[in-house]
Order: sequence, then structure tokens, then C-alpha cells
Amino acid sequence: MALYSEKVMDYFRNPRNVGIIEDADGVGEVGNAKCGDIMKIYLKIDNDIITDVKFETFGCGSAIASSSMSTELIKGKPVSEAMQLTNKAVTEALDGLPAHKMHCSVLAEEAIKEALKDYYNKNDIKYDHSNFPKCKSCDHCCGE
Amino acid sequence: MNKTTKIYVDNAATTKMSKMAINAMIPFMDNIYGNPSSLHSVGQEANKALCDAREKIAILLGCMAKEIIFTSGGSESNNQAIISAAKIGEKQGRKHIISTTFEHHAVLYVLDKLKEEGFEVTLLDVHENGIITPEQVENAIRTETCLVTVMYANNEIGTIQPIKEIGELCKKHGILFHTDAVQAAGRLHIDVKEQNIDMLSLSAHKFHGPKGIGVLYARKGIQLSNIIVGGAQERRKRAGTENIPAIMGMAAALEESCHNINENSEKITVLRNKLIDGLSEIPHSVLNGDMEHRLPGNVNFCFEGIEGEALLLLLDDKNICASSGSACTSGSLEPSHVLLAIGRPHEIAHGSLRLSLSEENTAQEVDYIISMVIEIVEYLRNMSPVWRDLTDGKNKFVIN
Repeated sequence: MALYSEKVMDYFRNPRNVGIIEDADGVGEVGNAKCGDIMKIYLKIDNDIITDVKFETFGCGSAIASSSMSTELIKGKPVSEAMQLTNKAVTEALDGLPAHKMHCSVLAEEAIKEALKDYYNKNDIKYDHSNFPKCKSCDHCCGE
Repeated sequence: MNKTTKIYVDNAATTKMSKMAINAMIPFMDNIYGNPSSLHSVGQEANKALCDAREKIAILLGCMAKEIIFTSGGSESNNQAIISAAKIGEKQGRKHIISTTFEHHAVLYVLDKLKEEGFEVTLLDVHENGIITPEQVENAIRTETCLVTVMYANNEIGTIQPIKEIGELCKKHGILFHTDAVQAAGRLHIDVKEQNIDMLSLSAHKFHGPKGIGVLYARKGIQLSNIIVGGAQERRKRAGTENIPAIMGMAAALEESCHNINENSEKITVLRNKLIDGLSEIPHSVLNGDMEHRLPGNVNFCFEGIEGEALLLLLDDKNICASSGSACTSGSLEPSHVLLAIGRPHEIAHGSLRLSLSEENTAQEVDYIISMVIEIVEYLRNMSPVWRDLTDGKNKFVIN
């Protein structure tokens, strides 16, 4: 299908980092089943480094590819660097997404941030709330 | 199963053209190229073929040749039928139309437009089985009702409506009755007189004919309004030089489909039932639409915990060409209005799969499809957080 780039299809067909982490240090879930996509990210953080990351996604091909790509982009990185991940970086790493699928990359960015926020909260680490805008993907979604 | 052979099970979207239809078209793209409106012999040769094709289609539908208008397809026919009936109604001060919630958008969006023009529209609930009753129609009829438009068979879930009974009611009340028979033509019996149909739409590419050509049947005496104005073609009701090759292909395809209707129906029904039985084995899945009053080739399921587009892409990797009512496949944000109309919640409607069979499919293909769908649904569920919450008991299953 020409809808997606080869890269998207590769990450969809052979998703990296699928699964869960039982004793995760941070877990983030975003999206809404009503809208057709939910992403859940599990982080293992050791000494401020993301040593492991897993994801579960309910969603279309680009949602699965976006979550998979985002896990790869932050694995082995310091937390501060993972906080800088943007949906644009996810999209570029996938060689682009169709216009109506851009919200998938936004969801991926938000899922990572939700997981990091959970990690901060669990460890009483102070953070700037403005770095966690409230679910902006829902603007693209079905009005939830 | 040969890995490179495509298994096409999206016949509700479009069909492969039959050899007979292709062969019927070729001479009209080659030697018989005349414009049927031309007076000379080359034109008249084309005109003769056009008349014969019209006559052939009229016989197959149970009407007169002059009651047939050739259009560009189902959408145009639906537009013209509904707009014409609305204009007739408006002249009589009757501006109420009855339809159903799960019509094709080529009907629903026309009705939306008419609402802006002051028409009142009642959309009947289609229930969980996807079938309306004549009683519902009767209860909705008012003195101002000018049109009832109800599809013969639904394009997504294949449910067949009691159109003969609805037509009879309309006749009794002096209301025009239109049916969108795009999914039914060539697959279900049609006789417009016997079924009390005033107007009917069909499209050739749904029954192994070419794309871009369709029919609007309008009973004699119904004043049609033009959608396209210009030349005097089609009794002045549809301007534009007739698409003769396509019309010839359509006539041949309809004749062939109608000739084989019982044989094909029997064969496809066996395959359909086998497919439904096989997919029903998947836990937390549900067949959409009534099992009995159903198009021979239609299979439509919802699988809880997964999203349909991902399923379609992975099926395509296995050379299975199918369709889904998920929002992601339509480019819109809403899942199928048909699945919502039968009461499926959004999250369930996203996980739908439509497989529409034709007489070219085989039992071997059905076995392969069943095994692949089972495998892929399980694979996608295993990476779905929605599925995990269901199996962990955090959320309750909607489909038991």
C-alpha cells in the first residue's frame, strides 16, 4: 500500500520494543479507544538513563509504527534528552506520515512524556508542568 | 496457497470485470465509435446498440426501456432520484422524507442538503440486526411525506431490507419510493413492478461491469430533475454523450449476473457461511448484521481490542484484500456510521473487518483467510493495551 513510507511499514510489520515491563519506573498511557488509538509506554530508568522501554498500542498501522519508533529514539538516552522528543522527530524518523495520521506521532510524543511524568512523580522529582501540555492530541481526535 | 496470488474479498467495493463485459465493450472502443445522436450511419449504428442495451437492462429490471436513464453510477443516480422526488414534493407542499440511518453517504448527504433547503428528514433506526420494518415506515409517514428512500441491501453489513413491503406501503399512501440497489443488482432478484419500486439506482462495477456507469430507473410519469444540463440525451434528463462502451459492458454484465444469480448465490452463500463459522471461533468477536436476511457474499465482524486498519494492512501482507469500517481507513475521524447505527460503540466499530465474496472465491481461499485472520487478530491483541485491560479484568468486555 502506498499510503505509508517503507519505514512506517517496516516499523509496523516488525515493531521494536513491543511488550510490557512488570517493574517499570514510569508508565504512561494516552489516547482513547473511542478515537481508535491508545498508546502505553513502560520505562526502566537507571541512574537517569532510560535503560529499557516497551510499548503496547491499540491503533492503526501508523500508531503502531510511531510508538515503536519513539521507543527506539529514547532507548539508552538520558531522561532530559527523552523529554525533548517531539512528534516531528518521530515523523521524520519514519520518513513522514500522511497528513491525517500526524496525530499518531503526537500521541507517541505524549505517551513518552506521560511515562516520564509518572517517573518524576514516583521519585518526587520536581518538574516544569508547562512541559506537559494537557493531551493536545485530543484536538485532532474525536472531541473527547 | 500460492503466496503471490491475491485473494480479493472486497467485492462490495468493486468487482473484477467479467470477460463477457470486456468483450462487449471492445467493438465500441474500436470500430463502432459513432455518437448515437448523429444522424449518419456510423452514429446510427451506435444508437442501435444503445437502444438494444437499454431494452436488455429494462427487461432484466422488469420495466420499460424508456424508464431507464444512464448515469455515471450509483452516486449520481441516488442524487438525481432524491432531488427529483424532493422537487415533485415541494411543488405539492410536501417536504418530508423518510430514510434510514445507515444509507450510503450518496443518499445521506443529499438528504442533509435538502434539510438545509427546508425539508424535514426522518431517519429510521435500523436496530442491532440492521433491518428496518415496514411498520416503522408506516408510523413515520405523514401527509407531507413525499419520498421514502431505503437501500435494498447495505453496503457494509449486507443486510437486506423488506423493500417490496415498503414499496407497497408507499403505493398505498401515494408516496414515491426509491431504493439504492447498488449492492443488490446482479446478486438479488429485482423486478421493479412486482416490488413496487418507483425509482432505483444501480452501478455496473458492483456486478463485474465497468466503472463510471450506472442506471437510474424512474417509473413512467415521474418528472426527473436534471443534475447535468446540456444536450438532449437520455430523454433530456441527463446531458452528455452516452458512454457507449461502458453501457454495453454494463448490459452484458447485468445479463450475465442475472442469468447466473441463483447458481452464484448458492455457491457464495456456502463460502460465506463457512467464513462466518470460522471467524466466529475467535473469542470476543461478533458478526455485524442479520444472518438470515443478508447478501450472499457479505461477512462483517468486529473484533474487540484491535483496530481495523492494522488488521487490513497485515492481511494485505498475506495477499488478502479486504475492507474495514475503522476511522483510520476512511481518512475521517469517525468510524463507520453503519456500525454506529446498529449500536456498536466507537471502540468496537474501529475493530471491524468486511470481507465481501464473489463467485470467483474458493473454499480453499476461505480456509486460508480464516487462519490468517485468527493469527493476525491474536497478534494485534497481544500488543494492545485495550486487550490487556480486558483480559486482566480491569475493563469489561463489550462483546462476550
